[in-house]
Amino acid sequence: MANLKPLPMAREFDLAHDSLRHLNLFLHKRAALEGVAQIHVRNPDGAHSIAVGLDAALDVQIHGHVGYYAAGMNKHASVTVHGNAGPGAAENMMSGRVHVKGFASTAAGASAHGGLLIIDGDASLRCGISLKGADIVVGGSVGSFSAFMAQAGRIVICGDAEDALGDSLYEAVIYVRGRVRSLGADARFEPMSDTDRASVKSLLAQAGRTGDPADFKRVASAKSLYHWHADADQEY
Amino acid sequence: MTAPLLEESAGFDRSTIDYIQRAAASGLYEIRGLGAKRRVPNFDDLLFLAASLSRYPLEGYRERCVTKTLLGTRFATRPIELAIPITVAGMSFGALSARVKDALGRAATEVGTSTTTGDGGMTAEERASSKTLVYQCLPSRYGFDPDDVRRADAIEIVIGQGAKPGGGGMLLGQKVNPRVARMRTLPEGVDQRSASRHPDWTGPDDLVIKIKELREITDWEKPIYVKVGATRVFNDVKLAVHAGADVIVVDGMQGGTAATQTVFIEHVGIPTLAALRQAVDALDDLNMRGTVQLVISGGIRSGADVAKALAMGADAVAIGQGVLIALGCNSESYVADGEHVSALEDYARLGTAPGFCHHCHTGKCPVGVTTQDPALELRLDPAVGAKRLKNYLRTVNMELTTIARACGKQDVHHLEKEDLVALTVEAAAMAGIPLAGTSWIPGAAVREK
Repeated sequence: MANLKPLPMAREFDLAHDSLRHLNLFLHKRAALEGVAQIHVRNPDGAHSIAVGLDAALDVQIHGHVGYYAAGMNKHASVTVHGNAGPGAAENMMSGRVHVKGFASTAAGASAHGGLLIIDGDASLRCGISLKGADIVVGGSVGSFSAFMAQAGRIVICGDAEDALGDSLYEAVIYVRGRVRSLGADARFEPMSDTDRASVKSLLAQAGRTGDPADFKRVASAKSLYHWHADADQEY
Repeated sequence: MTAPLLEESAGFDRSTIDYIQRAAASGLYEIRGLGAKRRVPNFDDLLFLAASLSRYPLEGYRERCVTKTLLGTRFATRPIELAIPITVAGMSFGALSARVKDALGRAATEVGTSTTTGDGGMTAEERASSKTLVYQCLPSRYGFDPDDVRRADAIEIVIGQGAKPGGGGMLLGQKVNPRVARMRTLPEGVDQRSASRHPDWTGPDDLVIKIKELREITDWEKPIYVKVGATRVFNDVKLAVHAGADVIVVDGMQGGTAATQTVFIEHVGIPTLAALRQAVDALDDLNMRGTVQLVISGGIRSGADVAKALAMGADAVAIGQGVLIALGCNSESYVADGEHVSALEDYARLGTAPGFCHHCHTGKCPVGVTTQDPALELRLDPAVGAKRLKNYLRTVNMELTTIARACGKQDVHHLEKEDLVALTVEAAAMAGIPLAGTSWIPGAAVREK
């Protein structure tokens, strides 16, 4: 018996009774101190800002739909949403992992600097907008203006992409398997390299998905907007 | 024989001709730094009445006049307490060097006020030197880091900037050096154009939720400011109040910039004077004066400006360009090893001269203030800059208290509109203050708020 590793302590919050403030304060200041590694959140009922600003290697399981900014600015933690997510899921994430089992609304992963965001279903408009280094895997399709002004990081889209994919991209790279309705300003299709195929394979595996990297197309910046010049098309 | 009389066109004067010919030659609009150069109604168009028989003054050099300023008392459990109502406006690392940010922090700390980060994130230098540091959350989110949110003393959500309301940030490639690029996650040397809208919210209803997210992340400890560029100020301030701001910063059109299109600087936004009145009207309309604090910025230069801003209803001011000028911006020389060294040739190479320079965007600041060039930035010794800025802020504060005492106020926050008159009809209408010698406030009865 003495050789058995103790199970990580778990704690449950029921947002039908417990306040959001109570939950987030516990996640910020008590969980690590008390050695609680797994937290279950029941009845989220679309509440905003659940599990935002985490800064410890916690495992947060949210059982239901969440509102805006679930797991926003996450560092180190693994947050799973067993439902759909409202706008700005995992916005400005720095590290860790956020997994939305359902669909995600607008601006999923906005300006995320690191970590992995997985969306099993579709993601709405502006998925990965202003992305700064995180990886995003979308099992379904993404809405218009996804990866708008994305600076760094990778986005894997297993379904289709709506209009203006990758508009004004910097160094971020998009891999898309399905149809792209239109590319945004300065975005272009590029050949897949061995490195790209390895990236797609690895990201799909991390997201628990299967698929052949050869089915994906690469979208990246043509870099024609990196510097001012007089002859640029002003309608971009 | 007398020289022929040359008549310059009012519509196509030399400046306009130069603009058209430059546009024709380059196909590019002008980008420059600092603020609007055109004259607009401003605080110079107001005067104090001060005390006489009908009011009783305080003894100028003896009686106490409180300058302590509290910001963020509405919801935050740790509001900001400043020794003076004069703060350092948000200016980015990137626009300014790390040495300048260090100097700002040192001076602000010594006089008991706050500094503010800018687009591009928080530098270790400014955090270390600033006792009270406001951390901006901008549309670009360059370098935005929750660790810095936790390290900050307040958070300022930037909706817009007075020099370019509705416009995004801009930093030309010559200033995007390796450190700036790394902090902003950009390729080195790229002409950076940052977003004009926040990536994860799109309107006032969303802003309510965004502010609550920041409150949750900071455990409701830190004040949340909302900064708007001055356009539809009455409505914007009301929306910011409804969104849950602790502090609202209104930046008038005279506010500075590190790099913005001239057409923006000179033609977009409204003067600080008009913006301040609208902001105060909005707070009054909601009965929120004193609950939500108001910081005004955009062309504030002197203690007189600060006193007039406070009398009109601001709780504090933020100064950007004045701060840079105190550090040496537009000086003929810089200080090296205790000696003044002429920078005139460097100004000339930029095609300008001290007193006229607005070439912050080039990164070739002759006095080392708005540069990332390793050699040029050494021209600003943080210790020298901090001393100059400290002197400036103290002077402005002394001027403020001098006026307040003359108006019979034991606290600079007791200055009131009744202490002011306007010199011009335009200023009277914009500020809602009677024209001097009359009780006439143009448009008072039908003013569009």
